[in-house]
Amino acid sequence: MFNKDRWKEIIEVLTSNLFRTILTAFGVFWGILILIILLAAGKGLENGIKSDFGDIATNTMFMWSQVTSKEYEGLPKGRRFDFKVEDVTALKENIPNLRFVSPRNELDGFRGENNVVKGLKTGAFNVYGDYPEIIKQDPMIITLGRFINQADINEKRKIAIIGEGVKTALYDKDEEVLGSYIKIQGVNFMVVGTYKKKSNNGDGEQGQKEIFVPFTAFSQAFNQGNNVGWMAITANDQASITSLKAGIITLMKKNRKIHPEDERAIGNFDLYQEFNRVESLFVAMRLIAYFVGILVLISGIIGVSNIMLIVVKERTKEIGIRRALGEDPWSIKLQILMESIFLTIISGMAGIIMGALFIYGVNALLEVIGPVDMFLNPSVSLSVVLIALVILIVSGLLAGFIPAQSAIKVKPIDALRAE
Amino acid sequence: MIEIKNLHKSYKMGSNSLHVLKGINFSVEEGELVAIMGSSGSGKSTLLNILGMLDELDEGSYTLDGVPIKNLNETKAAQYRNKFLGFIFQSFNLINYKNAMENVALPLYYQKVGRKERQEKALRYLEQVGLKEWATHLPSELSGGQKQRVAIARAMAAEPKVLLADEPTGALDSKTSYEVMDLIQKINDAGNTILVVTHEPDIADMCKRIVHLKDGVIVEDKKVEQVRASQYV
Repeated sequence: MFNKDRWKEIIEVLTSNLFRTILTAFGVFWGILILIILLAAGKGLENGIKSDFGDIATNTMFMWSQVTSKEYEGLPKGRRFDFKVEDVTALKENIPNLRFVSPRNELDGFRGENNVVKGLKTGAFNVYGDYPEIIKQDPMIITLGRFINQADINEKRKIAIIGEGVKTALYDKDEEVLGSYIKIQGVNFMVVGTYKKKSNNGDGEQGQKEIFVPFTAFSQAFNQGNNVGWMAITANDQASITSLKAGIITLMKKNRKIHPEDERAIGNFDLYQEFNRVESLFVAMRLIAYFVGILVLISGIIGVSNIMLIVVKERTKEIGIRRALGEDPWSIKLQILMESIFLTIISGMAGIIMGALFIYGVNALLEVIGPVDMFLNPSVSLSVVLIALVILIVSGLLAGFIPAQSAIKVKPIDALRAE
Repeated sequence: MIEIKNLHKSYKMGSNSLHVLKGINFSVEEGELVAIMGSSGSGKSTLLNILGMLDELDEGSYTLDGVPIKNLNETKAAQYRNKFLGFIFQSFNLINYKNAMENVALPLYYQKVGRKERQEKALRYLEQVGLKEWATHLPSELSGGQKQRVAIARAMAAEPKVLLADEPTGALDSKTSYEVMDLIQKINDAGNTILVVTHEPDIADMCKRIVHLKDGVIVEDKKVEQVRASQYV
């Protein structure tokens, strides 16, 4: 298969009518190019949307208390309630496979009222009472100092970690941040760290304007008792939070004396489900890309098959001579198949290279004009290139099969008579 | 060398069949130079095609160098053709994108002879037919006589038991025809068995034995005094 004479012959045959060969090759080239571009565009969209999720732990749900909508055990409907600190322990003890359960209380900053004072400057910020684990569920980069630790929780230290946005609003440019005090609704907290959040979605700016304080200190300072307003619950990787959600909510309803069929009392947001929904969208997009790309490729393949049939027809006499001289029919068949595969692979490789150049160009352009919404780093992986190669080899085989068959179907005597 | 007994062959033409060969008995010894003569439609080409394993017989038997030629599949037939037979055609049938040497080397390539040895042998045979300087020329750059000489070198290259020539001079003028016949005679002098199909009496006279075919049967089979082609060259 790899002897020099056969290759020499393949090249001779394919270059004997170069213009026709190039036209034929263009069909396959075009098909692969479109497949690569579609896949790369899909990947770009996927990267763009996924980067909006940031590094957030996606196997996470959020849960908060709302208002009951059914009477239960003598309690009226329309009742406000809070989760309690013991609910967190109950969840950890009763629901298996939970990785983090982070309770949180918060003061809303975006309702407009200034709630934070630093010297002469004031601002309205979200203030969260949190546990140390929250940094693993909603990742942030500590740019200065440190984040909340367990000792802060135990000793109810009045410390705060502020966002970069808070820092710009409350501090002068060269002012020392660490060790300074800010007043949150009249209570002094010492700043021990600053953070920056990575995600660059719509509320990216909002994300930089938050203040984190220890959960216990928050409860004490703002008279929350053992109430919990909000929880972030992350499951271990082997279990999806979606499958655990029903158990969690049932347990909470039981503990908080809520009617088991009351769907409105506990609000929740399942990040994992949302993420999966987006994920399945990408799968669908990839399928469409393959579908369209392969359809275009097929028309190219039919072109190759067609031209191989013509080549075989033109060479009928030559094939007859070669068989009269004693060439094995299988050798002739192999020859035609190899010509077909060689042609598809060469033109397909050209398509892949062209596609790669195109992607490179788009990336260079994106770099110049800056980030575009929901589109980032379009690319195709090596595995896609390998898949494309396999498709090419298989389609080259298919394209050559019928012509090769027809080449040896003619009897040598008839082939010799052909003009 | 060749042993044919009671050979029948007919072709189906639509609904009726055409009985071309009607019981041929025929044998050729080693070293013979046989002319098969007959008008068109006499069945001489069909006989040659069957001898060349390009066509199958309907009835009878065919033995070549002691090997019965029967029920061959295409692969086997190709092997036998390569090993036993060399073909010389009226229209030369050189492969036009290969040069003279590559054309001569083709049968050796199918025997899986190594590249170097193949080229050496091909050059040697080209030298025998007097075309060594033309080795790298394409068929389109050669004259008719030169093409046929290349074809003869190609037929010889695999060192076959029998050379089959189908109207080898049919496309050539008489001077070139005699040159080609001179070459064929020399090859025969070296001990090779050759069958020549022709309808030209002067060509047939240059063989050692003439077999006349008419309407599918042998009507005459005689040994003749060979006319040397060299005297016309």
